[in-house]
Amino acid sequence: MSDITKQSLSELVENIKSKKLSSSEVTKAFVERSEKSKELNAYITEDYTNALSKAKKFDEKPNLDLKLPGIPMAVKDLFCTRDLRTTAGSKILNNFVPTYESTVTQNIWNEGAILMGKLNCDEFAMGSSNETSFFGNVQNPIDKNLVPGGSSGGSSSAVAAQLTPITIGTDTGGSIRQPASFTGTVGLKPTYGSCSRYGIVAFASSLDQAGPMAQNVKDCALLQEVISTYDEKDSTSIDFKRNEYSKELTKDIKGKKIGIPKEYRVDGMPKEIEDLWKKGIEYAKDCGAQIIDISLPHTNYALPTYYIVAPAEASSNLARYDGVKYGFRAEGENLIDMYEKTRSEGFGAEVQRRIMIGTYVLSSGYYDAYYLKAQKVRKLIKNDFDDVYKKVDAILTPSTPSSAFKIGEKTNDPVSMYLNDIFTVPVNLAGLPGISIPAGHDAKGYPLGLQIIGKAFDEQNILNIAYAMEEKINFKNNITDWWIK
Amino acid sequence: MSKNKSEYLINRHDNQYEVVIGLEVHAQVTSQSKLFSTSATKFGAEPNTQVSLVDAAFPGMLPVINEYCVKQAIKTGIGLKAKINKRSVFDRKNYFYADLPQGYQISQFKDPIVGEGKVILDMPDGQKEVGIERLHLEQDAGKSVHDLDPKNTFVDLNRSGVALMEIVSKPDLRSPDEVNAYIKKLRSIMRYLGTCDGNMQEGSLRADVNVSVRKKGSKEFGTRCEIKNVNSIKFMQMAIEYEANRQVDLIEEGQTIDQETRLFDTKKNETRSMRSKEDAHDYRYFPDPDLLPLEVSDDFIENLKSEIPELPDEKKKRFIEKFKLSPYEANILVSDIETSNYFENVIKKSDVKLATNWIIGELFAALNEKNLEITESPISAGNLSKLINLIKDGTISGKIAKTVFEQMMEGDKDPQKIVEEKGLKQESDPKALEALIDKVIDDNRDKATEYKSGKVKLFGFFVGQVMKVSGGKANPQLVNEILKKKL
Repeated sequence: MSDITKQSLSELVENIKSKKLSSSEVTKAFVERSEKSKELNAYITEDYTNALSKAKKFDEKPNLDLKLPGIPMAVKDLFCTRDLRTTAGSKILNNFVPTYESTVTQNIWNEGAILMGKLNCDEFAMGSSNETSFFGNVQNPIDKNLVPGGSSGGSSSAVAAQLTPITIGTDTGGSIRQPASFTGTVGLKPTYGSCSRYGIVAFASSLDQAGPMAQNVKDCALLQEVISTYDEKDSTSIDFKRNEYSKELTKDIKGKKIGIPKEYRVDGMPKEIEDLWKKGIEYAKDCGAQIIDISLPHTNYALPTYYIVAPAEASSNLARYDGVKYGFRAEGENLIDMYEKTRSEGFGAEVQRRIMIGTYVLSSGYYDAYYLKAQKVRKLIKNDFDDVYKKVDAILTPSTPSSAFKIGEKTNDPVSMYLNDIFTVPVNLAGLPGISIPAGHDAKGYPLGLQIIGKAFDEQNILNIAYAMEEKINFKNNITDWWIK
Repeated sequence: MSKNKSEYLINRHDNQYEVVIGLEVHAQVTSQSKLFSTSATKFGAEPNTQVSLVDAAFPGMLPVINEYCVKQAIKTGIGLKAKINKRSVFDRKNYFYADLPQGYQISQFKDPIVGEGKVILDMPDGQKEVGIERLHLEQDAGKSVHDLDPKNTFVDLNRSGVALMEIVSKPDLRSPDEVNAYIKKLRSIMRYLGTCDGNMQEGSLRADVNVSVRKKGSKEFGTRCEIKNVNSIKFMQMAIEYEANRQVDLIEEGQTIDQETRLFDTKKNETRSMRSKEDAHDYRYFPDPDLLPLEVSDDFIENLKSEIPELPDEKKKRFIEKFKLSPYEANILVSDIETSNYFENVIKKSDVKLATNWIIGELFAALNEKNLEITESPISAGNLSKLINLIKDGTISGKIAKTVFEQMMEGDKDPQKIVEEKGLKQESDPKALEALIDKVIDDNRDKATEYKSGKVKLFGFFVGQVMKVSGGKANPQLVNEILKKKL
């Protein structure tokens, strides 16, 4: 089998289970392709030697009843992995090696998968282009010097370029769905409380959620059923009945009511996004869904609300990186001097910007005007969704207001960068599940994604809709392997 | 409420000043593990041996509330006759310090677990009620050690994350004596409940003391200063005295008082400014997004109510009503749970009145002299009970009992055995006593004649002689009777 890395996760699992392929063969193929793809800069830390020996061990005594038997996988470098450096894309954790494993990755290894390495991401997941990483830009395999989206940019690039059959990212305001959309891949942000946050480097605790990123919807469903577990170590983890999403996956979505929110027709939205959305509506109709116009009146306030809540939590979550206990330390004259030097040298500009914003909005005298008000608006945004879900089963929107942009294009314009999250942040603020599926190309041939937003805990439903539409859309990613010499 | 006759006032020139005090007590919750982690909380362990990844704030670590600590806080609230809030919220108090690994302390700000309550103080001139503003749960910080090295500071995180209850009083206290009574009462209630061991040497109980002064009769509060982290009652009293006088002096000099945080220097016996209001930290409190609001049901609270033991106020009432103790005696005996347990064990099988006197008198004096707690008493409740019975049934006199008691203090010996071994049994045989008395009268003929001619004061002399000759064993009552007849 020459095209191992072109196979989907489901095919690989099938081939390993039927012993057509060994874990070693599969792992070797992905390691080799990863090694040839250094120019993408998708990895921060490679662990190929260990991966190959783990694969060999698996093959000696293969447990083929597992869901991910001997499947190699690289993961976003925001997940703490025992004995393997975890940086969160930051200089401040450049030398940090956890002694513990995140619940989500542990769930993956428990099902037989093998860690290949840690994937690049924006520093502390703060960014929409992977340009804030201390470890450099990531190339989008779609085109040279194109951003892969962010913050899970290493993950989206690696999946699209088939360096890993599947991966996981984290999504605080769109960090799974936007990069999936930019790379022509599928990304699911689960309901808040579905996947444990234990062992994931925190950005904004009330918004952060891990989720699968894959070549197709079925693979995404399979990984979601592996990673989503109730976890007592995370007080915000929710104990609800979790489906075997891949087994219960169906293309029969006849009669499903899908809402089209008018407020998502934002000013200045490119015509090709508008056209994509219209096409998406037609695909949904073709699948037998019923289209209903809806209104989410507070949508306009979502972005400003997000850029208060997320930095506020981040400013506090990142206080622990002070040079005292672990990670980078700059020497100083005294404690305060050491703090200041450590944090100004250890954190990049975007992280410092958000810490400043967060500190400001929580300050006495500003708290009520910013943080408290944002919390109230957040409730209104959630109420909007609760209201429309009395009428519809899911909501269809574009994933992003544009296709991928060039590296460096928006680095000096943070607001324009933040606007990239306009369709994804309301979902995080409301704690809902959302999936981005590739749905077409723009004039430059860059992929564009559609987002399906579901009710809380209704991942199965949006996976089903995505699965049905995926077939109608029949999207083909156009990747030339330009980076392989 | 009786009028406070012994008011604590500061006099300067023609002015009298009243001192207004409020306390923020930090009481360590008695619990095997920390507030949000499973690390142990044992006092005195080697540095950094009771630290989990959560306590040291490693990346991706999350707090999980310890249900036992929640129960302890609610029980304490019930003991303070306070409102239990069924919904409370944990907030982050943000500040940087080397021994604060998270960069924030998880505390409760707007919505504490316990609301308003009260504590009754027994002062020499009557009872006084002190209002409780609130009780909330929070994490302790670690410990910075500055004196092990000339250049470096060492950090011990054993205490990091240990559960504390911050108990905030209303500004109802008016003197160092009331502060003393308040802390002791609070400590007593928590020890009865088993929610805080109250050990001030080990730092289980510390307080921030808010002090202001105002002219007597004034209704408005003066500007207060907060004296941080005072760890003994004596120091609290000293700090209050110093601080109140300092404030009065400022006012008398026509100056104003700055609202500020001060430190008490125990060596110099003075308070010093630590930071002014302008320099006060902005803690940027906000609800901790890692924790959901804490919600407890009525059933949960009711179950805890059923676990509450009899508390000092109720016990005192029972002791007065059932055992006819004076309020003074009852106060002493209920002041801590070990004393009241000891007392109740002694009186199971012996006379209440005698037991009360012996415990409050001889036993306390002897323990005090040896610097022992009641739990360390060499004399068990059972043996003290036996001693009292020997007195009660006339086997030994009160005087002999003291000798026996002294021997018992040397080691917990059965008083019956001591009496037998040393032949200390009281002589109550009238014939034997008569013989003894006859001999004494015979030996002191001249004094007997003087007595008979009216010098009745000499009766005591004869009693003394008889007791002396009997080696203290003669039954004093019988000696009196027989002597009267014979003389």
